[in-house]
Amino acid sequence: MIFALETSCDETAAALVTHDGEIRANVVASQADLHAQFGGVVPEIASRRHLELVLPVVRQALSDAGATLDDVDLVAVTRGPGLIGALLVGVSAAKALAWTRRLPLAPVDHLDGHVASLYLEPDSLEPPFLCLLASGGHTMLLDVRARGSFGVAGRTVDDAVGEAFDKGARLLGLGYPGGAELDRLARDGDPEAFSFPVAKLPGLDFSFSGVKTSLLYAVKKLQPGELERRRADLAASYQRALVRALVERTDAAAQLLGVERVGVVGGVAANSELRASLPWARAAPLSLCTDNAAMIASAARYVEPLPYPRYLGLDAYASAA
Amino acid sequence: MQIESASPEETEAVAGRLARVLLPGDVVTVSGELGAGKTTFVRGACRALGVTQPVTSPTFTVGHRYDGVSHLDLYRFAGVSAAEWGDLEPYFEGTIAFVEWPEAGEDALPAPRVRVRLLHVDEAHRMIELETAEPELLETMA
Repeated sequence: MIFALETSCDETAAALVTHDGEIRANVVASQADLHAQFGGVVPEIASRRHLELVLPVVRQALSDAGATLDDVDLVAVTRGPGLIGALLVGVSAAKALAWTRRLPLAPVDHLDGHVASLYLEPDSLEPPFLCLLASGGHTMLLDVRARGSFGVAGRTVDDAVGEAFDKGARLLGLGYPGGAELDRLARDGDPEAFSFPVAKLPGLDFSFSGVKTSLLYAVKKLQPGELERRRADLAASYQRALVRALVERTDAAAQLLGVERVGVVGGVAANSELRASLPWARAAPLSLCTDNAAMIASAARYVEPLPYPRYLGLDAYASAA
Repeated sequence: MQIESASPEETEAVAGRLARVLLPGDVVTVSGELGAGKTTFVRGACRALGVTQPVTSPTFTVGHRYDGVSHLDLYRFAGVSAAEWGDLEPYFEGTIAFVEWPEAGEDALPAPRVRVRLLHVDEAHRMIELETAEPELLETMA
């Protein structure tokens, strides 16, 4: 079995996955849980938090799978991109685990991980396909020709769409991050009530910075009482604009690349309107949309692992090249 | 110094002029409301400093590091504790660092050499305010 760790951003996650892509355990300690645990105090955005949580999630994953480290033959870890300190907690823990058991270690890119969430059973997808990766930190259209590699067909030039959702939610008074709440509020609103044009860039790139600013101006023009009454309409119209931009570009890319299958991954793949607007696409299961370690284990199957002990000098990387 | 910008391209150009007079180790804070153009400003600075990759918002990821330039965003921070500073410090080592939403880190971050404030004038226009203790620095901006 493959044991994987993921600590690139807010989530501390561990998973056990078989080489056939069956999930035996998938544990995520999220910032939201911690927030509740500490009585609503905003937790630190610091690697210290990953450090506190990494061993508990390792133990929980082994316990959920009813396994011991004897059942593990490969350790995998997210190497980047992400916050350096956060990544190093996962990388150090994974090195220690692999080294004590004399196991090989597979360093995994976080974006490869998201794509590989589509390779997990029982519903795995075979390339070639176009993958829409939409999250808080990334928005990309990936041309996937084989497992373990992809070409970038389009990407955001400014804000990620998940960020546009979260900041839109904040403008509507839903708190931050509020993408999921915006999705819920949008169900009670009229998606055609307001017009929020999304910039159309040449090629297959996205831009979500301007639409956020349009929402800001729409909110500013309303009186406070009126804003309260129109909040659902604003949420529905804003969500419609974001989803439409994603869907139009995804369709255009699929045509241009001549691929029939489309996959959708990343936190925004959990958005109900996006899922409904791409009924022919394969969206990752909800539990695998946000950051998790099962997808890292899945991606590790298509990475050349570093044999013991060559990984001891392995470093994390902050930014995508 | 105040400069009015009529477009994202003009905002990028002003940032480029500032970036070319900065040195490694300098910290520039970039404040302003949502949609004021902070990431646009930092993109212009990065371009002038030779960054060719996409320069996107680091709100979610907290920090992006390019060759000689760091781009940070403290939007998600309530304050900056010692542990959080430990995570941010590497981004300031040997780089010109641009910090969006710096308010949460005012007590913890190195003193900025330049403070940039971006203000909404109307939907197209922004006022760019550059503040520094060294007025001669801004005079050298081409």
